[in-house]
Amino acid sequence: MDLVAILENTARGLFGEQFIYFALAAIGLNMHYGYTGLLNFGQAVFMAAGAYGLSMAVVTLGLNFWIGLVLGIVVFPLILALIMGVPTLRLRADYLAIVTIASSEMFRIIARSPSLDRWTGSSDGLTAFANDFYDMSPFQAGERYFFGLFIGNQMWVVLVGWILLAIVVTLVWAMMRSPWGRVLRAIREDEDAARSLGKNAYWFKMQALMLGGMFGALGGMLRAIGTQSSQPQNFITDVTFFAWVALILGGVAKIGGPVLGAAILYGVLSFTDIVLRQMVESGIIPNSIMDGTQVGQVRFMLIGIGLVSLAILRPQGVLGTKEEMALDDH
Amino acid sequence: MTTDLSSVLDSVPREPGSAKPDPILKVSNVRRSFGGLVAVDVDHLEVQRGVITALIGPNGAGKTTFFNLLTNFDNPDTGSRTFEGRDLQGIPAHKVANLGMVRTFQLTKSLSRMTVIDNMRLGATRQIGESLSKALLPFTWKRQEAEVTARADELLERFKLSHMREEYAGTLSGGQRKLLEMARALMVQPTMVMLDEPMAGVNPALKQSLLDHVKGLRDQGMTVLFVEHDMDMVQEISDWVVVMAEGRIIAEGPPSSIANNQAVVDAYLGSHHDSALNLEGSE
Amino acid sequence: MLREQTLMSRAGNCIRAGMAIAAVVFLLALPSGPTHAQEGGAEVKGSLTYKDASGEKIAVEGVVFTANDESGSQAGTATSGTDGSWLIQLPPGTYSVELDVSTLPDGVVLKNPDKNPAEVRLVEGNSKSSLFPLVMGSAAPAASEDSGATASESSGDVVETTATVNESSTSGNIRVIQLLVDGLKLGLIIAMCAIGLSLIYGTTGLTNFAHGEAVTFGAVLGYLLNVTGVFGFRIPLIFATVVIVVVCGAFGGAFNKVVWARMRRRGSSLVAALVVSIGFSILFRYVILYFFGGRAKRFRDYQIQEQWDLGWFRLAPKDLALMVVSLVVLIGVASGLQFTRMGKAMRAVSDNRDLAESSGIDVERVIALVWIFGSALAGLGGVLFGVTEAISWEMGFRVLLLMFAGVTLGGLGTAYGALFGSIIVGVFIQLSTLVIPPDMKNVGALLMLVVILLVRPQGLLGRSERIG
Repeated sequence: MDLVAILENTARGLFGEQFIYFALAAIGLNMHYGYTGLLNFGQAVFMAAGAYGLSMAVVTLGLNFWIGLVLGIVVFPLILALIMGVPTLRLRADYLAIVTIASSEMFRIIARSPSLDRWTGSSDGLTAFANDFYDMSPFQAGERYFFGLFIGNQMWVVLVGWILLAIVVTLVWAMMRSPWGRVLRAIREDEDAARSLGKNAYWFKMQALMLGGMFGALGGMLRAIGTQSSQPQNFITDVTFFAWVALILGGVAKIGGPVLGAAILYGVLSFTDIVLRQMVESGIIPNSIMDGTQVGQVRFMLIGIGLVSLAILRPQGVLGTKEEMALDDH
Repeated sequence: MTTDLSSVLDSVPREPGSAKPDPILKVSNVRRSFGGLVAVDVDHLEVQRGVITALIGPNGAGKTTFFNLLTNFDNPDTGSRTFEGRDLQGIPAHKVANLGMVRTFQLTKSLSRMTVIDNMRLGATRQIGESLSKALLPFTWKRQEAEVTARADELLERFKLSHMREEYAGTLSGGQRKLLEMARALMVQPTMVMLDEPMAGVNPALKQSLLDHVKGLRDQGMTVLFVEHDMDMVQEISDWVVVMAEGRIIAEGPPSSIANNQAVVDAYLGSHHDSALNLEGSE
Repeated sequence: MLREQTLMSRAGNCIRAGMAIAAVVFLLALPSGPTHAQEGGAEVKGSLTYKDASGEKIAVEGVVFTANDESGSQAGTATSGTDGSWLIQLPPGTYSVELDVSTLPDGVVLKNPDKNPAEVRLVEGNSKSSLFPLVMGSAAPAASEDSGATASESSGDVVETTATVNESSTSGNIRVIQLLVDGLKLGLIIAMCAIGLSLIYGTTGLTNFAHGEAVTFGAVLGYLLNVTGVFGFRIPLIFATVVIVVVCGAFGGAFNKVVWARMRRRGSSLVAALVVSIGFSILFRYVILYFFGGRAKRFRDYQIQEQWDLGWFRLAPKDLALMVVSLVVLIGVASGLQFTRMGKAMRAVSDNRDLAESSGIDVERVIALVWIFGSALAGLGGVLFGVTEAISWEMGFRVLLLMFAGVTLGGLGTAYGALFGSIIVGVFIQLSTLVIPPDMKNVGALLMLVVILLVRPQGLLGRSERIG
């Protein structure tokens, strides 16, 4: 067992790239569910919109990197929110849940379809679209930074991620203490009451869906940049629930909830991951019980267990209080 | 006060669908069915401006459905509704509120996980800071917010809720929630207030103060339409009573005339064999 | 891998069948399908390329492929040409096709090394593509952060690969009729799985996302009994099915008792219940993946059957049996709901729980039975899916989304609506391949779900006041 490697890997989980991607996605979910009461089970598709918006713009259409950013952060998520929201936002909450989860599946089928290969790169996805981003990096490619945790390019992604995270958190904080945020919370509490007081609940819900989706897209785009690839398997349905666990863990409707939750979640996942991997490699766990591929599957089981136990045992998360907002409320 | 207002209605014939001298709300041929069941089938109704009208009827008479149709929370299969001469057909519910008609709900909808003062502030219409583009620019809405808060505090004072200002609305008692909902409705600055069972679940100690508040609305020139089971309340504060049964309006008139109306007695007896018109606590 | 192969062959079939109906040819703007294999023989082939850093496709020449038959002896070999293409002609049967990794150029590796060798089933007159995706680099992506997600890609995709493998282009089958029959078959199975989903929703208000895993569980249990065997004894699928239905029902009942009955007693919110059901769905799915593996597998029984040519369409005996079984079961369920006391009680609870309770119905008992019946039916549906297509760890989740489409179309919470909607969805999926590429046919069904919500959110059989 390599203790240093375990510590390093856990630290990378706590505030590395994965933490940033999913903190952003979870902030989006917080906007949806925590503040507005919308059940979005397809945040992975919004993440994919960010990733594919950028990569398709650059690779497929040959456009400028900056236009790709606009497509990925603004245009694609907005279109997606309209597609998901127009049919469902007038209906009971679980219809949005079904349509969003169905969208995840539609994305998977479309993105992997060989007949659209020249647009999406199908299963292999698209690569090499973020060179402009890395050209701006102040870090040396070969060097290690931040206590030796991140190599040059990685450090650049992480640094930009931290800054974006700080901006987004501030933005959400400011929005939620404005009268606009008050209307969202009123809709979460009781949509009919908000409507009886003259608030266009449908439009406010749509705005929240769009905005939260854009935060998700930002997370997804950063993920695509960080790995220099947009691949369908990075945005499968289950990815959404990593963000959900982060949100519930940290505390629904808390500004810092998703960020703290994502840090804890990825700390725990990275820790178990490396410990299991080392145990498998060193033969402490024999291959007949678990092999390298199966280690990767354990993290999904942990997500499932996390969702179940949080929802039952601590619906208000780490930061939340029962009075203000918990998953368990009526 | 009451005398000259109700004298306006003295000349109005005491029959279903009678015309009023100055109607604020008019309904014609409104029908709503669920599956095969006709819940509401109203030929004609006019509501007089500036008075308190009660809508009563036995359980299942379609009062709440009718109420929803009047406030556009539900759409009729056929028929027309006008408010202040404006056709309500196709107008979304939230716009009806902006036209000056505000409603409350049978089961109070206090926004539990928001503070009392935030509940109140929410009621104000045309808030600049409610547009997303302005939300991030506090200087555009700070002044309006202060005005809204001042008005909210005034109302909280009037409704004796000031001491609960910073509490979550979920911690209020049933009666206090009714008061909060009514006060919040007034933040809209409506011309017409629609109350769906304002007395349901309110403890007797608070009843009188609620009644006074409702009367207060009329004194300030607002029109009130309320659904109620509590006949004491109906007798005490309403200027005009409309009776529904099986989706139809079967009688109209001043409260004194209703108790003796044969159609009304039959309707109530038909649904409650052993209870007469004194409906207090009949539900 | 298996999925991609079948997709390719299916795309080919589309083209060939499309030729028969000149009118639809222009709709199928697909790259040209594989050429016909020799009569009496079959072939496996492929084209070996990878994308370089600039995204350019590069053919790989000189890579050696070997096909071994089931006994392990070599049946054929080929070397990729200048355009990367390779072809091995073989008699019908099941083969394991292996790419010799040592013949790959430096800097290029298999994307999915665990899928080499690949298993290929060849039917007479059939041509199949076997894909070995290549990537640049020295390590497979399985070592990346989300290796679990990578595993999902390796799954055989069940719903998308309806049993068209055996299809051939010989006689004058009418494609529309064939698709209609295929669709009916698919729809009947979806319906069987969806009844439980709809009844659970109706009686408890819960949209149970873990319902798909009951389907997977049924199929995987079938594999365990029929292929792996118990104490070395492999149980014929027909008898195994009886065991599966009982076990799945018992499991559903226990699941309700241990988790859901408690949550109802605690008065948990619907959102918490939704999240819990999703948590279980993910947990079950990955536990199954852990033990069952990422590859799609088949039962021992009813693997390949000669199809009957019935003039307008072709049908394998197993598919006919399957349709008859599902029809009988569904009619049984419908009449049970209509005429038995318990069935009436279930519908009463669905309709109005409070009213049912006050008229003396033991609601919790009804709910428990709904869970047992619903899960048993889902398990049976899983076996039928396994027979007609393949068994994989993700099959239930895929079917779940089609169930959602069917149930929403029919009307959420109505048992007959679920039947009716599911069958329409099945037929719609198959017929949609007339206009959209078959690998995207499920998108059509899911888009239909969205359109229904726009146009008639209460579904075809639902009543308007149930929603909104």
